[in-house]
Amino acid sequence: MMAARFLLRRAVPALRHARCYADAPAAQMSFTFASPTQVFFKEANVKQIDVPTLTGAFGILPAHVPTLQVLRPGVVTVFNDDGSSAKYFVSSGSVTVNADSSVQLLAEEAVPLDSLDLAAAKANLEKAQSELGGVSDEAARAEVLISIEANEAIVKALE
Amino acid sequence: MFARTGAALFLPQCGQVRNMATLKDITIRLKSIKNIQKITKSMKMVAAAKYSRAERSLKPARVYGTGAMALYEKAEIKAPEDKNKHLIIGVSSDRGLCGAIHSSVAKAMKNEIAKLLGAGKEVMIVNVGDKLRGLLYRTHGQHILINCKEVGRKPPTFTDASIIATELLDSGYEFDQGSILFNRFRSVISYKTDEKPLFSLDTVANSENMGIYDDIDADVLRNYQEFALVNIIYFGMKESTTSEQSARMTAMDSASKNASEMIDKLTLTFNRTRQAVITKELIEIISGAAALE
Repeated sequence: MMAARFLLRRAVPALRHARCYADAPAAQMSFTFASPTQVFFKEANVKQIDVPTLTGAFGILPAHVPTLQVLRPGVVTVFNDDGSSAKYFVSSGSVTVNADSSVQLLAEEAVPLDSLDLAAAKANLEKAQSELGGVSDEAARAEVLISIEANEAIVKALE
Repeated sequence: MFARTGAALFLPQCGQVRNMATLKDITIRLKSIKNIQKITKSMKMVAAAKYSRAERSLKPARVYGTGAMALYEKAEIKAPEDKNKHLIIGVSSDRGLCGAIHSSVAKAMKNEIAKLLGAGKEVMIVNVGDKLRGLLYRTHGQHILINCKEVGRKPPTFTDASIIATELLDSGYEFDQGSILFNRFRSVISYKTDEKPLFSLDTVANSENMGIYDDIDADVLRNYQEFALVNIIYFGMKESTTSEQSARMTAMDSASKNASEMIDKLTLTFNRTRQAVITKELIEIISGAAALE
C-alpha cells in the first residue's frame, strides 16, 4: 500500500509539488534522516517521528509548525504509515521542520537501536563516571560529561 | 606532460658528433620511459580504487549535504548586500598529478577575491589543502586565514570537517557571509567548480522568513549554525575528493598512453639505429678487405 502511494508520488511529481505548496499542510511529510556515512530515510513518507532535543523530546507529525532544533543523545523513533516503528540511537545533530512539511533529521552518528550492546554501554558509563573525578582541564571535563550523558542515554534506551 | 611528472629526461649526446643518438642512449631512454609507464599505470589503478570508494561514500554524503542546506534554500535566506566581511573556503588537497583540480579552484577563488575587493569588501580565505596554499600565498598571502595540510591522503571524515570548522570559529574572524568553493563531481570524466553559500548567525537570525520557525532561541540557533557549517564543509570535502580521484585516474591514463606512444616511436628508432650500426660495421669490414687486396 505504501509502495502504491510511492508510485503515485513518483508518477506525478510536478502535480504533487504544486499541490503541496498550494494547500500547505499536505498529509504527507517528506522525511530525510541521514548521518554523514549512512542514509536511513530519504524523502520518505512517515506518519510520526519522535526526536530527543535539547529543549525536550517531541513528536513531529505532518503539518507540524516549522522549527529548528538541536538533538541530544537519545532515541529517535520513526512510525511508518503501516504502523511499524523503527528506533535509532543518535548522538547529536539537528532537526529542521520546514513550512512545506519536509523534515530533515541530520545526526552526527546514528545507529539502529538493536546494534547497541547494553553491557558495553554500562561499562563505558562506569568508566566515564570514574574519570569525572580525575579531570581538571575544562575541555577534558566537557568531554567526560558528554561521554557520561551519551552512555546514560544509551543505557536508558536499552533498558 | 613529462615535465610535470618530474621525470628525468635523457637527452641524446649532440655536440660535435652527428645528430644521431648512440644505441646506448636510446636504450637508456627507452628503459626510463618504460618505468614511467609502469608507474603511471599503477597510479591509475590506485586512483581508480580510491575513486570507487569515494563515489560510494559520496551517495549518503550528498543526501546529508542537501539536507543540511535545505533550510537555507527553503527559507530563502539571502545575505544583505551591504555587509563587509567575507569568507571564502577553498577545498582541494595536498597532492598533484590530478589535472586541473587545484588550479580551477584557485582561479575561482582569485576571481571571487578580485570581485569582492573591487566592491570594497574585506575578504579572508581558508585553504583546505596544501596545493591551494602554494597557488595563493604569493599573490593573496595577506588574505589567508587558515591553511589545512594532510588533506587527501585518507578519505575525509566528519571529524576532519569539524576540526576545520572549530579552527574557523576559534579564529575570531566574524564573517558576515561567505562561500565554499569546491569541485563538484559530475561523472568519471567531468567535474565542475561549484560554490555554496555560508551564512552567519546574524544573517540567519534576522532573515525575514525565520519568523515562521517557531520556538528558537539564540543558543539553539548558534548550535544549529555551527553544525550546519560542519555539514557544508564535509559535503564540499567529499565531493572534492571524488572529483580529484577521478581526475587523477584520467590524467594517469593519458600519461600511460603517451608513454606507450613514445615507447613505440623509440623502439622504431632503436631498430633503425641498430641496423645502421650493423651496416656501418659491414662497410668498414668490406672496405678494409677491399683495401688489402
